[in-house]
Amino acid sequence: MTTVAVKPATMAQALTRALRDAMAADPAVHVMGEDVGTLGGVFRVTDGLAKEFGEDRCTDTPLAEAGILGTAVGMAMYGLRPVVEMQFDAFAYPAFEQLVSHVARMRNRTRGAMPLPITVRVPYGGGIGGVEHHSDSSEAYYMATPGLHVVTPATVADAYGLLRAAIASDDPVVFLEPKRLYWSKDAWNPEEPQTVEPIGRAVVRRRGRSATLITYGPSVPVCLEAAEAARAEGWDLEVVDLRSLVPFDDETVTASVRRTGRAVVVHEAGGFGGPGGEIAARVTERCFHHLEAPVLRVAGFDVPYPPPMLERHHLPGVDRILDAVGRLQWEAES
Amino acid sequence: MTVMEQRGAYRPTPPPAWQPRTDPAPLLPDARPHRVLGTEAAAGADPALLRRLYAELVRGRRYNAQATALTRQGRLAVYPSSTGQEACEIAAALALQERDWLFPSYRDTLAAVARGVDPVEALTLLRGDWHTGYDPYEHRVAPLCTPLATQLPHAVGLAHAARLKGDDVVALALVGDGGTSEGDFHEALNFAAVWQAPVVFLVQNNGFAISVPLDRQTAAPSLAHKAVGYGMPGRLVDGNDALAVHEVLGEALAHARAGGGPTLVEAVTYRIDAHTNADDATRYRDDDEVEAWRAHDPIALVERELTARGLLDEDAIRAVREDAEAMAADLRERMNQDPALDPMDLFTHVYAEPTPQLAEQCDQLRAELDAEAEAEAEGAGR
Ligand SMILES: Cc1ncc(C[n+]2csc(CCOP(=O)(O)OP(=O)(O)O)c2C)c(N)n1
Repeated sequence: MTTVAVKPATMAQALTRALRDAMAADPAVHVMGEDVGTLGGVFRVTDGLAKEFGEDRCTDTPLAEAGILGTAVGMAMYGLRPVVEMQFDAFAYPAFEQLVSHVARMRNRTRGAMPLPITVRVPYGGGIGGVEHHSDSSEAYYMATPGLHVVTPATVADAYGLLRAAIASDDPVVFLEPKRLYWSKDAWNPEEPQTVEPIGRAVVRRRGRSATLITYGPSVPVCLEAAEAARAEGWDLEVVDLRSLVPFDDETVTASVRRTGRAVVVHEAGGFGGPGGEIAARVTERCFHHLEAPVLRVAGFDVPYPPPMLERHHLPGVDRILDAVGRLQWEAES
Repeated sequence: MTVMEQRGAYRPTPPPAWQPRTDPAPLLPDARPHRVLGTEAAAGADPALLRRLYAELVRGRRYNAQATALTRQGRLAVYPSSTGQEACEIAAALALQERDWLFPSYRDTLAAVARGVDPVEALTLLRGDWHTGYDPYEHRVAPLCTPLATQLPHAVGLAHAARLKGDDVVALALVGDGGTSEGDFHEALNFAAVWQAPVVFLVQNNGFAISVPLDRQTAAPSLAHKAVGYGMPGRLVDGNDALAVHEVLGEALAHARAGGGPTLVEAVTYRIDAHTNADDATRYRDDDEVEAWRAHDPIALVERELTARGLLDEDAIRAVREDAEAMAADLRERMNQDPALDPMDLFTHVYAEPTPQLAEQCDQLRAELDAEAEAEAEGAGR
């Protein structure tokens, strides 16, 4: 007797499945963007949707990001649930005014009368050898804009569960998809009943006692790898995957750092003015008396995203993370 | 094979056939702005419509004057008056059906009020109270929009959504001449035309964007001509002729309703007042120019038509003015009452549910307010 192994699915496929299930469950869900129809998107995340649901539900728009998001605002005003695809991180910038001036604050400025349930999917981050303008980590811009939720998955299961939650949310969600994890596979089983993950909850990906690595999106697998490597040094690292940058799960992060007494924040985005500064401050404010060392950050350099041939020097890697862990004042222990 | 022999083997053929994708001729605007009042065509105008336009224009001008007065009394933070442009404002509101949507810019308070928005609620934003004082769904009037031209893609998206749902709804979006230089103007018109969305764009060309005249905004033959580049009809209309604006908008709305797609209408008008109460228009324009436009006054045009046809006598004029005065008195009285704002409302509508971080900040503010109240009570007790 042979057991039929389930073909492992990629994160991109899980996202496709989430879109398809959301569209099947709710006729108000409309997917729109550049090349999302016939082509299925440059990363193929919308593959097959136009065929299955028709071009009115999965629409190739004119090439204009402000126009895409601006018309999505009008569609949401009329009761639809647009899911907008921005082709790449750096090409979402033309839509920034619509995002900041309307999407993020329409609920507030209309005293709750006009919520905008819009999901803005943005492939982000580096590590795929992308040439200029294809590898930005733009999350700090979105985090700094009240009214938006900012969510980013690191696992295939979360890609499904969080995207479903984003689309179901009555608030606008910027859904950041780590480009270099699109082709990653893990234990996600598309045949099993799927769960919708709540937005705003971090998860502990690896339990540990020595120090906490606080991270998200593309840096989660890197941190898990670093945690494995750290065992050789005698460190037992905990890895917290934030999943949601806004709202921020202070509870999970604080509980972890209070337990371990040490923390490093890891992300690809530049350190100066980046998410890590906010996270380090929050941790310090809440865990000061539990900390054995200052909260450190491992971030991208404060440079425009480097050319592909240099990006490995820029991206936080295992060694740089372990170096930071090594600087967490272990001497004091002995 | 030598290079020359290779060349010989290449037989050029003509490029694949090309033809214009649409005939541009029918899209072109008329040579001059369409007028009705003061022409023979006015004779056919419906007396009821003329009277309605007249009454609303008079109310509108009175509203502008009252709102500007309220800025001097510190009751309004700022007011961008539409005096001189009332014909556009009123005709826009009246041309719409009940079920349609209006997308006003920050100057279009009159259009919102003429469509039914409460006169005080329409000023909530400008008095420094909550940003949008009215429920947009009540009269299908989107929030007054300050970032220029950004409301235009919203109108397109809403109209598109309505059509997808099979609803008979048209959106009318208002924008100024300066706003036509913004990228969102371009993107909205392009999306509207590609999607054949039931939307009409009304540009009120009032000559200036704050201080900058139109010739610094565009080198286009007219703003209406821009329509041709998007593949939609452009219409030019005398923006001080309420009947003409009503007619042109009515046709454009009917065209959109019938599935004909969008239209760009340019109404040529003039901003009689300064940009806002805080602006000094003498720095950038001559009084002569203003006087020339005062002589082509939107209210006088309708009044003349009505009186010439014996549709308006002294009593009727007095009644209209009294009605406008009553509206102004009511506005004055209600605006002179201090609005009651709850500071805790700062946190209520940022998200459907406040984030844990906002809940903390909410607690902080509540504690501050409690301490303030306590200190006040102590002070009063002493
Ligand atoms: C995106 C944007 N840029 C600048 C401003 C500041 N601003 C407010 S009104 C205005 C002029 C607008 O001119 P126009 O579009 O012709 O409309 P009008 O004021 O004549 O009604 C400017 C520059 C703004 N509100 N939004």
